[in-house]
Amino acid sequence: MAKKDSAVSMSGVKVKKSTGYKIFIVVNTLIMIGVVFFTLYPFIYLVAQSFSSERAIYAGEVSFYPVEFTTKTYEVILSKPDFFIYYKNTIVYAVLGTLISLFGSAILAYPLSKQRLVLNKFFTPFVVFTMFFAGGMIPSYVLIAQALHMRDTMWAIIIPGAISTYNVLIMKSFFAGLPGELEEAASIDGMNAYGIFAKIIIPLSKPVLASMFLFYIVGIWNNWWGPFLYLDTKAKWPVALYLRQIIMGATGTQEIGVASEEASQIAANVRSCCMVLTAAPIICVYPFVQKYFVQGMMIGSVKG
Amino acid sequence: MAKQKQQKNHLGKVKLGKHLKKEWMLYSFLIIPVIYYIIFKYIPMLGNVIAFRKYSGGPNIFGQKWVGLRYFKQFFRDRSFWNAFRNTLTLSITYLIFRFPITLTFALLLNEIRNLKWKKFVQTVSYLPHFISMVIIAGMIKEVVSLTGPINTIIASLGGEKISFIQEAPWFPPIYIISGIWQGLGWGTILYLAAMTGINMELYEAAKVDGANRFQQAIHVTIPGIMPTIVTLLILDIGGIMGSNFEKIILLYLPSTYETADVISTLVYRMGITGGNFSYATAVGLFEGVVGLILVVTANLVSRKVTEASLW
Repeated sequence: MAKKDSAVSMSGVKVKKSTGYKIFIVVNTLIMIGVVFFTLYPFIYLVAQSFSSERAIYAGEVSFYPVEFTTKTYEVILSKPDFFIYYKNTIVYAVLGTLISLFGSAILAYPLSKQRLVLNKFFTPFVVFTMFFAGGMIPSYVLIAQALHMRDTMWAIIIPGAISTYNVLIMKSFFAGLPGELEEAASIDGMNAYGIFAKIIIPLSKPVLASMFLFYIVGIWNNWWGPFLYLDTKAKWPVALYLRQIIMGATGTQEIGVASEEASQIAANVRSCCMVLTAAPIICVYPFVQKYFVQGMMIGSVKG
Repeated sequence: MAKQKQQKNHLGKVKLGKHLKKEWMLYSFLIIPVIYYIIFKYIPMLGNVIAFRKYSGGPNIFGQKWVGLRYFKQFFRDRSFWNAFRNTLTLSITYLIFRFPITLTFALLLNEIRNLKWKKFVQTVSYLPHFISMVIIAGMIKEVVSLTGPINTIIASLGGEKISFIQEAPWFPPIYIISGIWQGLGWGTILYLAAMTGINMELYEAAKVDGANRFQQAIHVTIPGIMPTIVTLLILDIGGIMGSNFEKIILLYLPSTYETADVISTLVYRMGITGGNFSYATAVGLFEGVVGLILVVTANLVSRKVTEASLW
């Protein structure tokens, strides 16, 4: 009752409408429950499969929870060194790549955020244009693989995509919004631009740096395409590329025809298990850092 | 007159010199990033010249000799190009038609939730798929639509014939679109929600005084309030029509579904990187890039004429 009253007083209209509004709230809640279910179901299904027996999966008995519960699949996968090797690679690429990306984006965004730099009239369009027209897959591939000889080195997956123009623009608008007084005071005290950047701007920019750190690290963590193009040696693969091989291996047998569907299903619990293991770190950390992602987008949208 | 102009030019140069002398340290920040942009963004852009030149591998990435429009003529006669071109447009446009109103509606509905904890929860859950690697997304899609997956289980329990969705060409577009909406629904609302928080509350008060109910408020206050965002996103989407979700397609398509699934970028990949026809593939890619650029510029022009909002 109290709720209804407050709804009435909030909208300041008659009781008749608040009944309609109540119905709307119920419908809206149902829709939202539907969205939550729709979003989470594939994850639930994967986890259920990863803890189910092969027989149950093949028989189509798994839908929401594990059938014939077993942790054997995980034990088998984790007893082999593979996953740890690929995970280690992913961590190395993610940490190194993220640091390079953050540094590169920050030192580009900082001068671009200074309106008094008249040459930004040239540099800003120089940077922004690349968002609308890119070099394309083949010229980039040819440059990296044939001219720069980065093929089969980790640099091929870290350096070419290091700076995201979109992220630079987000950082730029954050820097531009910082109060200028501190910088002026420091410069009167004789601090040069490098000192101001390192000792004043960077500490003040923790929120945007946190967002950018997460955008970059998730991008590298999830990247399979760059490694797929450039890394020939399997020992250098990140876990995402290893996972691709597992998933596509199954497709390979499917391609032969429906008869082999059975053969590919034998690995279904293994596939699910590998997917769960690869997604787990992101899903576990995600709820706690989610606000930084949103925050990063918001900083970007203020400027539009 | 001429003398005056010269003097002005001269003054400009002196000014610029002074400016550089004063600000050289700030400009020095740009050295590494600008070199990076030249090497990894602009050289590949110039590298597109191999669409007009013969290039068959090797470190001289600008090719060996001019061949004019040979590769363009070749792909214009190529049936697999037209197939990919048609698929690119069909997939992008149908995806846009479904996704755009659904995302906007979802944002409006989220905005109506008064229980902030529940709202936060729905948002957090719906953003999640955006952060998952495309490899896992593709793997999930395959599991869900597989012969023993939940969809086929339901079909079988209703007495229907099981469908091998992933291998059948007519099913590719629905799989692509539904999974795209699934993955992008939540994240797609962020900019709308940000714009909604910026709407002046007094407008809602005024609407209430005029007797507008919540639905009318949404139509007459919220939607006009976020119109610039809607237009901006629409421009970006129209500009992106030539690009499809390359990663997802290349992970999900099969020779048996090329007919509906092969798009320009996957064709470029197969021709260029798998097949080694670098020049031919570059010509196709360049065509895609130029059409894309024309689309963004046109969409922006139109929106600047029709509404106030534009990207630049």
